[in-house]
Amino acid sequence: MTAAVADRPGGGSTLTDRLDAINEFDREPVTDDYLQGPGNFIGFYAGEHVAGTEFVIGPLFVAHGVAAGDLLLGLLLGNLLAVLSWAFICAPIAVRTRLNLYWKLRAIAGPKLLFAYNIVNALMFCFLAGAMIAVAATAVGIPFHIAMPGLSDLYPSTIGWVVTVLVVGSVVTLLAILGFKQIARFSKVAAPWMFLVFVACGVAVLPQLGVHSLGDFWTVANQKIWTGAPLEGRAHFSFWHILFFAWFTNMAMHIGMADLTILRYAKKWQYGFFSAFGMYLGHYVAWIASGILVALAIQHSGEIAPGPIAYLGAGIAGLAAVVIAGWTTANPTIYRAGLAMQTITPNWKRWKVTLAVGAITSVAALFPALMMRLLDFVALYGLILMPMGAVIFADFWLLPRVGLRQDYAGWKDIAFSWPAALSWGLTLAACWVINAVWGLEIFFLGLPGWFIATAIYVVLSGAQQHAPGTATAVRYAGDDA
Amino acid sequence: MRYLLKAGSFVGLALTIVPAFLVFSGTLTWDTHAVLMAVGAVLWFVTAPFWMAKEEAESGVSSHSRSQAS
Repeated sequence: MTAAVADRPGGGSTLTDRLDAINEFDREPVTDDYLQGPGNFIGFYAGEHVAGTEFVIGPLFVAHGVAAGDLLLGLLLGNLLAVLSWAFICAPIAVRTRLNLYWKLRAIAGPKLLFAYNIVNALMFCFLAGAMIAVAATAVGIPFHIAMPGLSDLYPSTIGWVVTVLVVGSVVTLLAILGFKQIARFSKVAAPWMFLVFVACGVAVLPQLGVHSLGDFWTVANQKIWTGAPLEGRAHFSFWHILFFAWFTNMAMHIGMADLTILRYAKKWQYGFFSAFGMYLGHYVAWIASGILVALAIQHSGEIAPGPIAYLGAGIAGLAAVVIAGWTTANPTIYRAGLAMQTITPNWKRWKVTLAVGAITSVAALFPALMMRLLDFVALYGLILMPMGAVIFADFWLLPRVGLRQDYAGWKDIAFSWPAALSWGLTLAACWVINAVWGLEIFFLGLPGWFIATAIYVVLSGAQQHAPGTATAVRYAGDDA
Repeated sequence: MRYLLKAGSFVGLALTIVPAFLVFSGTLTWDTHAVLMAVGAVLWFVTAPFWMAKEEAESGVSSHSRSQAS
């Protein structure tokens, strides 16, 4: 998405016109001269996954009382499954179609269903950005001695917190309005430094926890950091929680197919394996480092908000890292939400849409629940968007094999694909039933949900395409028809 | 000039990470480590944007960031 496109309001009168106007420069498959080498993907994934959320997720694992062995092994295998999902599910479709998610989903689901998907996506982005603003606020408030929200706080509890969040939210929104591209560039600059701050924080506080040599680490890890005993009010996390959480943290991106947009620039599908740089630097090393920090914080003051724990590890540089991490994550998220929202308000200027999104995001950030329940939110976010990724997978690989046509909505000019819509809705309903009846927690629902969505879409597509009077010619990937 | 900037950046990164290991080995106090990390941060951010911008201009998958529905 270029800035030129981002700055123009969606023109045209119909919903389809408005959606297409925002994405018009991306509608063609990527051509060979725009394909990128491995270095770009390594840099992208490493930068994307060392972010503000890492300051929250690692500590929450400690709060949930995961044992050290479960954490290290769960993260190792869960991140491996995430990498395999990128490499074997998302990347092969990305390099065959060379289309971004918008155009691929438009051909499968139709523009009206895509509109609904965009709105849901935008709301999720607002909440995610809200969590990041809250993360940054925990660092900004320290010099002013603002009381930080506790682990069990769900609502804003002090005026100081409200003012700090609103100030941070206003600044982030203003900067997003003034220059998205500059901040995106700044975010790239910050990424390698931020990763080292995580590592440095974790290493520097080890002596205060009683680790004076590598040989001490395992004992202290079990006795003082990942003790296996949850904090009050938190459910206990097992190996399986960690494995599935690590696998599905970015469910929307891999099996949810959002990274079609990134990987369509890959020369080979094997570039999906470069997601390992993001997983093992951000979702392994950084989560472990922030877990070590919070263990010390629990011993000291009990304040486990990102700002105070980063200060314990690195002083001023730690605070700067929290602010920058929160800010650089919130900024593109507000931008993406703004793009989606622009389809509702086609005549608004770009800055007005960003302002509205920033206001929604800042209000959401007031609620510490968003930050303190981030694990649940991240799992919910991925689960809600995942079924459409399963629909894309089924449409691309399975429909031709059972004699059905791919991209049926695009071929028949259908604005709202009911097989795709029902696959989405029924899958979420089924996940809710599985959760309510069998008590399977939200962290695990993505796996059965993906198979359910795939099966429903194939069956309903068959019903749609074999309905009386429906002419269907099987279309395989790469056909021009 | 670019090499000079890069050298400054790598010194900044070194000041960010090395002191932490010196604290771990007991040869540096935590306070000194915090000061050096702050200096490292400043050094990184006043040098890296200049040479990284030039390298980004030569290529960049990240400029095609995820957008709506993507």
